[in-house]
Amino acid sequence: MFGLKSDWSLDVPARYFTLEDYEGGTARWCPGCGDLAVLTAVQRICREEQLPPEKVVSVSGIGCSSRFPHYMGTYGFHGLHGRALPVACGVKARRPDLTVWVATGDGDCCSIGAGHWVHATRYNMDMTVMLFDNNVYGLTKNQTSPTSPVGLKTNTHPRGAWLPPLNPLSATLGFTNASFVAQTIDWNPPHLYETLKAAHHHKGFSFVRILQRCPTYTDHVFEELQRDPSQLVVLNHDEGVSLEPSVGKMFPNHERHDPSNLDEARRQAGREDLIPIGVLFRNEACPRYDEYTAQGLDMTMDERIAGLNRELDRFAI
Amino acid sequence: MSASTTSELAPQTDPKAGGPAPLRLDQHIVEIVSDSGEGAQKAGQTFGAVSAKMGNGVWTVEIIPAEIKPPARSRAGASGIRVRLGSKPITNMGDEADLVVAFNEQVLYGRVEQGAYKPGTKILLENRWATDGLDEIREQYAKALADFRSQGFDVIELPMEEECRKLTKNPRLGKNMFVVGMLCHIYERDLDKVNDEVAFVFAKKGAKVIELNQQLLRAGAEFAKANLPFRFHIAPWENEKPMVVMNGNQALALGIMAAGIETVAMYPITPATSVSHHLGSVYPAVGGCLHQAEDEIAAIGFAIGASYAGKTAATVTSGPGLALKTEFLGLAVMAEIPLVIIDVQRGGPSTGLPTKVEQGDLLAALHGTPGDAPKIILAASTIEECYHFVILSRRLAEAFRGPVILLTDANLATGVSPFPRPPAKEEWFAPPLDQSPWSEGLKPYAWNPETGLSPRPIPGQVGGEYVLTGLAHTDESHVAYDPTSNQTGCEMRSLKLAALQKTLKPPKVHGDPEGDLLVVGWGSTLGAIEEAVDRLRAEGFRVSSVHLRFLSPLEPGLAEIFKHFKSILSVGISYNDPPDGPLMNEETRRHAALTVVLREHTRMDIDSWGHCYGQPLTPGTIYAELRQRLTR
Repeated sequence: MFGLKSDWSLDVPARYFTLEDYEGGTARWCPGCGDLAVLTAVQRICREEQLPPEKVVSVSGIGCSSRFPHYMGTYGFHGLHGRALPVACGVKARRPDLTVWVATGDGDCCSIGAGHWVHATRYNMDMTVMLFDNNVYGLTKNQTSPTSPVGLKTNTHPRGAWLPPLNPLSATLGFTNASFVAQTIDWNPPHLYETLKAAHHHKGFSFVRILQRCPTYTDHVFEELQRDPSQLVVLNHDEGVSLEPSVGKMFPNHERHDPSNLDEARRQAGREDLIPIGVLFRNEACPRYDEYTAQGLDMTMDERIAGLNRELDRFAI
Repeated sequence: MSASTTSELAPQTDPKAGGPAPLRLDQHIVEIVSDSGEGAQKAGQTFGAVSAKMGNGVWTVEIIPAEIKPPARSRAGASGIRVRLGSKPITNMGDEADLVVAFNEQVLYGRVEQGAYKPGTKILLENRWATDGLDEIREQYAKALADFRSQGFDVIELPMEEECRKLTKNPRLGKNMFVVGMLCHIYERDLDKVNDEVAFVFAKKGAKVIELNQQLLRAGAEFAKANLPFRFHIAPWENEKPMVVMNGNQALALGIMAAGIETVAMYPITPATSVSHHLGSVYPAVGGCLHQAEDEIAAIGFAIGASYAGKTAATVTSGPGLALKTEFLGLAVMAEIPLVIIDVQRGGPSTGLPTKVEQGDLLAALHGTPGDAPKIILAASTIEECYHFVILSRRLAEAFRGPVILLTDANLATGVSPFPRPPAKEEWFAPPLDQSPWSEGLKPYAWNPETGLSPRPIPGQVGGEYVLTGLAHTDESHVAYDPTSNQTGCEMRSLKLAALQKTLKPPKVHGDPEGDLLVVGWGSTLGAIEEAVDRLRAEGFRVSSVHLRFLSPLEPGLAEIFKHFKSILSVGISYNDPPDGPLMNEETRRHAALTVVLREHTRMDIDSWGHCYGQPLTPGTIYAELRQRLTR
């Protein structure tokens, strides 16, 4: 940021990035889609952190929310359905200098890509993973998703979804080496922003489930939550999300929750009385696989040639 | 015919020494067959390594049972090793074995059923079973002995285990080195060299173990000298070049390192896995990253992510894994992501024959991806090529901005043979990451309309920001909503193959450039085909062969070469319908994959021959088939 320092000198960085630098193509999401709020929040975080756009990569799978990279002005990878996480892990493996954002939906992450979700959580590579959870398949036009509530009428279950929905928070908190799990809502920009910022600052695999409105197919699912914030409970902690008092006042329920407590985090994730928003769990001490995969990056060409010659000589006769 | 026949194997007497003079041979095939866990493979590897060091051509191949711990004394449990020695470089495992050491008669049956022996094959058979405590075993042994002799095998019963018991309480573990000692006497190996090799092989086990094994080795040599009335002399070949000896999967691993490929992502799958075993131990020497992914799909996805970020990457798999990787492979074609995919082929379809060889993935590699998905496909035909073709694949992937599939197979993966030590060259390594600013106004797919080639922006390059997508896209990588962009994209991606083809040379014809029959092959059958062709040519037949390294695009000039032969035959380890049969005619007969490709390419009448018994094609079976066709 431009700014006057305490010695009255003016700090002028060589490059300063504005929101425009993070803007890509015009978003083609439906009017009222929650994805737009997430896009804005991420662009604002990039500007706030002054991340060079060429050092930011957003990776996605397939689905409405997976169009996300196209609307960023950074590098992006819009890949295959369910496969955002392996690609994102590959991007990060040998490029610790890149900031990685992953956009994935409830079908993408929790259904077709569920295997990768388990393992990418365990790898705990440094990236922010945003689960855009609208409880439905939108792009393919209204099919049941793993997180659809019981009774949701869709084109594949016109008499209503039969099975209880999968709980992505409980699931992630059950995976070994999970290091950051949070939940937020698309319709409160300050909470969304603060939660994603906390996720971005966490060194490791930051998993954020975003309750995201789909005005076309599941508008009614979150309507009541939006109208009646007393169904939500804001989790507060110095290590979690801190809200401006004016924002905090919008939510009647607040609880102090220590995100270092895994058992308590699991209880919050599974509670049925209220929907928790904020940071449920955070552990900076979890081993990070990107520290393993980056080994050897500092080797010189001479060292590598010598290493290869040494190995070839072991086969000499 | 092969150099060693039954009559040649008869012992000769050296009047001066009063003992047998060694019989001079061009080549010989030795097998050691045992229950699994009896050390036959280590014995064969030791013998093969010493033979290579003494200047012989060598091809070693393991005999692997399908199970990890098959029951003892079972036919399906035959485990062991074949070592083919020659006074010239050896390119394949050859035909029937000439000399076999077997630790029991039942495993021997397993090999007899596979046609591994011929009348006259000398079999040195452990005889402790003749006096076994169980009636059933003694009977089995006696029955087998009579059976083997009636089939014309020259069975010599030996008390190998009893001899070993003089030196060790556990002869079952020690007799493999006793066998090496016997073989060293029979083939006049330098015992000092063998002693060094044994010290090397057992280096980790300590001085005591080394000493015991060296004692067993000497005992074996002395026992053979006193009891066996034959020796063989296989002259070394003149070679000044420094050599290395390894199997095809080790060559792939070293090739990956020599290509400067930084990241290999894989999922365990036979017979490709040992590439990762080797990388796991040596990749840190060049700073490489081996990622064992959660599945085959994640493995290629990880490699693609690394490649997108400007780091060279490869994935290593076999048929079932290639099937799972198909969707990502399509993405790599569509979005033009450089990537090396190594497919160590095994028998298929489905789980098929995991440990056995087949050249069955050609059409899957070529056409397995939905949509029009042109990609470069190469096949290594020797262990040495396994090393060099990884480097070539990496360079092609980058120059032509897309995936390259490198096909090898289980035959190359497990075969061990010496080849000239390849250099480690800086120019073979991938260039360093380009982080210079991207040229202003240059599009992410600035296709050259004549070649389809385009430069690629890498994250970190200022001004190159673009969004890679698997959707049909414009040259700006924008999702295409217009009718022409998809057509243009397809055309540009396809043009790249034509551009590559223009840089290739016609393949060399092995033999005369015209004749009655031309054999066309690809992959690991090279040595066996050329050996068969050479035998026939020595008999005066007008037969030649051509071996393809590029399967997509095909090397130029094939139709021109084919024109000069009366008939063309594709030969490979893959299925084709037998030409005769009540339902068979030109409309119903399904041809081998290579024939399908060549017919489409040359529009010529090409026939197929091959099988999928899970075994490499031997020179003898190819010879017999070709001879029959040439004398028809």
